[in-house]
Amino acid sequence: MVSMTELLTLLPLPSWIVLTIAGAIQAALLLVVALCSAVIFIWLERKVSARIQDRLGPTRVGGRFGWLQPPADGIKLLLKEDLIPAAADRALYRLAPYISFCATFCVFLALPFAAGWVALQLNVAAFFVLAVAGLEVFGVILGGYSSGSKWSLYGAMREAAQVISYEIPLALCVVVVVLLAGTMDLVEIGRQQEGWLWNWNIFNPFAFVTFWVYCTCALANTNRAPFDLPEAESELVAGFLTEYSGFRWVYFFMGEYAAMFAVSGLGAILFLGGWNGPVPVSQWLGLSVDPHGLGAWIDAAGNWATAHIGIHEHVCFAAWLGNLLGMCNFVIKAVLGATCMIWVRWTMPRLRIDQVMTTCLKYCVPIASAMIAGVLVWSFVFPSGVVAYVTAQLRPAIEHREAAPPKAPAKKTATKSTARTIPRGELGEGGGAGRSLLVYGTEEVER
Amino acid sequence: MGPINWQTCFFFLMAAIACGAAIAVVISSNIVRMACWLVLSLAAVAGLFFLTGAEFLGAVQLMVYVGGTMVLLIFGVMLTARGPFVSMKIGAAQWVVAVIAAGALLTVLLQAAFGTFGQTQGKPIAAAGSSRELAASGNDVADAASYSPLGLGLIGVRIDRLAERDHVLRGGMSGYLLPFEIISVHLVVVLVGAAYLARARRRMVPRHWRGGEQPSGVED
Repeated sequence: MVSMTELLTLLPLPSWIVLTIAGAIQAALLLVVALCSAVIFIWLERKVSARIQDRLGPTRVGGRFGWLQPPADGIKLLLKEDLIPAAADRALYRLAPYISFCATFCVFLALPFAAGWVALQLNVAAFFVLAVAGLEVFGVILGGYSSGSKWSLYGAMREAAQVISYEIPLALCVVVVVLLAGTMDLVEIGRQQEGWLWNWNIFNPFAFVTFWVYCTCALANTNRAPFDLPEAESELVAGFLTEYSGFRWVYFFMGEYAAMFAVSGLGAILFLGGWNGPVPVSQWLGLSVDPHGLGAWIDAAGNWATAHIGIHEHVCFAAWLGNLLGMCNFVIKAVLGATCMIWVRWTMPRLRIDQVMTTCLKYCVPIASAMIAGVLVWSFVFPSGVVAYVTAQLRPAIEHREAAPPKAPAKKTATKSTARTIPRGELGEGGGAGRSLLVYGTEEVER
Repeated sequence: MGPINWQTCFFFLMAAIACGAAIAVVISSNIVRMACWLVLSLAAVAGLFFLTGAEFLGAVQLMVYVGGTMVLLIFGVMLTARGPFVSMKIGAAQWVVAVIAAGALLTVLLQAAFGTFGQTQGKPIAAAGSSRELAASGNDVADAASYSPLGLGLIGVRIDRLAERDHVLRGGMSGYLLPFEIISVHLVVVLVGAAYLARARRRMVPRHWRGGEQPSGVED
């Protein structure tokens, strides 16, 4: 498969310019995704909240549905005066919004949008995402402190208390999936959930429980109601945002809305199959790196066309289309997750700080820990998945029934059907990364 | 030194940020700004780790050091400061002692750094060779270049020393899992103990002991 960098090397330019252009394009794409998600969610928030409150929301700005409301908001905020309180620590006050937004943006670096469509494929991507997402609060706390206002400081302190409450269960939830998958690579975790709906991690009973804990902690991570204590408009004016105005205020909010997308995208990859749809349509169409069926036709047609333009490198159009389909799946899942967040925000009252700490530390942590123990037992009992386990149990009976024809072909069909219906079983038999490492390790020690 | 490329540019950028921020920690007098500079310096070190392909170490650096400094900032500084924007005054004697201590440490570190640089040339290639052999043998240890060897080393499998037949060198293969667990249990005990000691106790303080003033902190 030809990457963008390789396509650019076809241009008559020195390599460092090509690398710079490729890097700039990729960074700009990610930035566009982050900012577009923010803009769309702001519009969605207005509409959804209006519907929940039995109103219509914006209807006139830019046509029927108020499409242009977010740009109108943006222009209004750009024209506002950029105020800095006299009592503020000026440098830190200016710095805080950028830290908050940049930390959220860094999450997008490791977030795969489709199989291999990721800016930075790290083999510790899940850990990286957690580490970077945790830095967002630094901006919030710094902003609250440096404003030199007691409302802001209260907001910052609440944020601090909230952070140490939700970060632990959030990390534990990710650990559950990492144990299940045997890898921290988000691309690999997504790939393991290929195929039908029931290959998604959420259909594991322990991961199912973990998913709801993850939802709670992710909601706390985005500082949205019912966890919007640092902001708490009805108690603290606007919490850590009290003194901010104009575009610095926008930065905080873009960070918050981008974090909504990032967190629900991470949830989609960990629990909801990532870029894999409920039905393996792209596999049926043959849209993969080794195309077949319709995919082979598309591939051939695409390469015939590029050859006429003058590019003779083989471009894998089928895989590209499959990834495009996968990206649609991923974006739909992430947007649905964000919509649920909006729905929760406008239906739930705000928790008190002690209730937040009780929820996170007294309920979420023990539940997540129990799920970790459960997943360990699960992967010990069903090392290659339930379906494979049941098939293995039933295999003697099947063989007995098919005893009349020669034995070898009967066996073959049995294993074949297992492999086709359950990719995860196949992976498990080959050993997930973690398991095979352990086996490998004992062998080596004994030698 | 090799040719100048993006790696080199980013290395110098990150190194400059790390060193500059470290100096700024010492120079600035506002304690919150010091913590911010420290966060910047540590984050630049994490960037250096990412640049060298040690993603696991980079993420750990972000999680433990940058996140840890943040917690330190919150609970050590903000909650204990008497007033807003506390500044620290440093005397000349403190400067002298600090410069001597830091200079001694710098000397030791520089010596160690350049000493190791001379000795271990060629060793990474050997390690890469062994991991390539592993890749050839169809194992996925070599693919996960960053954290799998670390984890395996912890439980006692050194993939860089598999070829060693010498028992002295294989001696390091006993693993660090037990010491690691002992240390973590110790830390948990310390944390529980600290929480117990810091727990607010209900004391009945007679009013005349405090000269008639309202006893504060009795309620919680």
